[in-house]
Amino acid sequence: MKLQQLSLFLENRPGRLDAPLEAIAAAGINILTLSLADTAQFGILRLIVRDWDKAKQVLENGGWVVNLTEVVAVDVEDKPGGLAAVLKVLDQAGVNIEYMYAFSSYRPGKAILIFRFEDPDHAVKVLLDQNIRALDSDELIHADA
Amino acid sequence: MLNALWNDDAGGFHPASAPDFLPDTRLREVQLRRLRAVVARAYERVELFRTRMQERQLTPDSIQGLGDIARLPFMVKTDLRDTYPFGLFASPMSDIVRLHASSGTTGKPIVVAYTQEDLNVWAEVMTRTFASCGLHRGDILQNAFGYGLFTGGLGAHYGAETLGATVIPISGGNTDRQIMVMRDFGVTALCATPSYFTYLVERAAELDADLRDMPLKVGIFGAEPWSDAMRTRIEEAAGIKAYDIYGLSEIIGPGVASECEAQSGLHVFEDHFYPEIIDPDSGEVLPDGEEGELVITTLSKKAMPVIRYRTRDITRIIPEPCACGRSIRRIRRIGRRSDDMIILRGVNVYPSQIEAALLTVEGTLPHYQIILTRDQGLDQMTVEVEITPEVFSDEVRVMEQVRARLAQAIERIIGIRVTLSLVEPRSIERSQGKAKRVIDRRGD
Repeated sequence: MKLQQLSLFLENRPGRLDAPLEAIAAAGINILTLSLADTAQFGILRLIVRDWDKAKQVLENGGWVVNLTEVVAVDVEDKPGGLAAVLKVLDQAGVNIEYMYAFSSYRPGKAILIFRFEDPDHAVKVLLDQNIRALDSDELIHADA
Repeated sequence: MLNALWNDDAGGFHPASAPDFLPDTRLREVQLRRLRAVVARAYERVELFRTRMQERQLTPDSIQGLGDIARLPFMVKTDLRDTYPFGLFASPMSDIVRLHASSGTTGKPIVVAYTQEDLNVWAEVMTRTFASCGLHRGDILQNAFGYGLFTGGLGAHYGAETLGATVIPISGGNTDRQIMVMRDFGVTALCATPSYFTYLVERAAELDADLRDMPLKVGIFGAEPWSDAMRTRIEEAAGIKAYDIYGLSEIIGPGVASECEAQSGLHVFEDHFYPEIIDPDSGEVLPDGEEGELVITTLSKKAMPVIRYRTRDITRIIPEPCACGRSIRRIRRIGRRSDDMIILRGVNVYPSQIEAALLTVEGTLPHYQIILTRDQGLDQMTVEVEITPEVFSDEVRVMEQVRARLAQAIERIIGIRVTLSLVEPRSIERSQGKAKRVIDRRGD
């Protein structure tokens, strides 16, 4: 199961993060999680939202360049070594991770990891072989409920 | 006979274009006769010109052959400012039917004047311009050059009407309406600055309108230098043939020179505007084929004759005959103006080089701006480039590669490392006329 992630280009200047977040808020769209990658010169804001196609429309209408990427979410035990166990599986299968981020889940004792893989379909299969199931968007949305 | 040819729908020849095909000897006769007349007129009626002639012990009779033009003094832009507003007029106000002005970036504008005869010549050279870009009676021309004090709008307007095309005098700006008119009126040709047209293409894409699906087939672009790479992008993005035209208010406005369907240099309408190429440092006239500064003499202007005007535009005369059969000489497209030249750590850089470099990198029509600063006495150039959906990625690594590729492309062409800064879409101001490409903060 894969999720749609929205990415936005931001200049690395004070206040640049506010405008897109306000635009999404004004449209009544809640952000499930986000990550911000930054360099000295620019930043890339990555968002996972409930209603990604509406959010994409809102942002594009506001003049942002929006990129749509498939990412994979899995939940792990929220305890030391929880992430390492998943990484080990991926490592052994030679799956390349472009980047990842994590957040705590609605379910006690669980954390959610978001992965951007070079080949998401292959990664999902590798994980499933080890009984690690990728979450679908409903499961994430419930995380927000 | 000529009119009969023109009125035949299959005919591609407008009678006004006849002087484009004058035999060489006949053309030189016309030029000499007109040169002698215009020098005499300026000498008799314009104080600045008479004084400068007298300082050189010259009289109108000093002009015996075309080569004698090299003995005449140059005129420069400041001459037009210093005599503001009417000091260079050679006709009484009662004969002057139109004034235009060009906004100087500093201080007073320059003012130019036209008699009815001048306006007729202007309409004629613009008719020849449109005819050489393949336009006919029946074409629907959207004229997005600015109407007003700027010469572009009205200059193109009367030429297109004289040609017999249907003119839509929409002027610049209001881009959404431009796109609506273009589609709804079945526009076949459009005049604009290349930077504005680039914006128009971009805006059309946002509105889900594809110019390639419209009847538009010809774009006529002028008023600022643009690169061949930009031409290729424009032609592909809009499904048109893009022609370059050349002119300047001081001489007449648009209509000094135009490309033909061969798109291989611009034919100078030299029966009215005599071109010379000079060494910009020494002022010596250079032979045809050598690169230098373009100098133009108006051979038939009545209200405001301009003799040996230094345009600051760098080009060369192409001596070889053109495939289109026109005998009037061509100049190479103006890639750069000596005014636009940026001197960066002793190296000459032109905005057109930056543009050409950016267009070598995959992506789309770039919006860019050059910012010059001084850091501890050393000049720095930052090139800001807007990102596009085509180049944007969620991966930092990919974006850094884009940035590096753009910076390397510039360094390859100008030989200097610049700071390349990716900026958000639309953060660079859109121009409705001439684009402002360079911001110089070195004096701040």
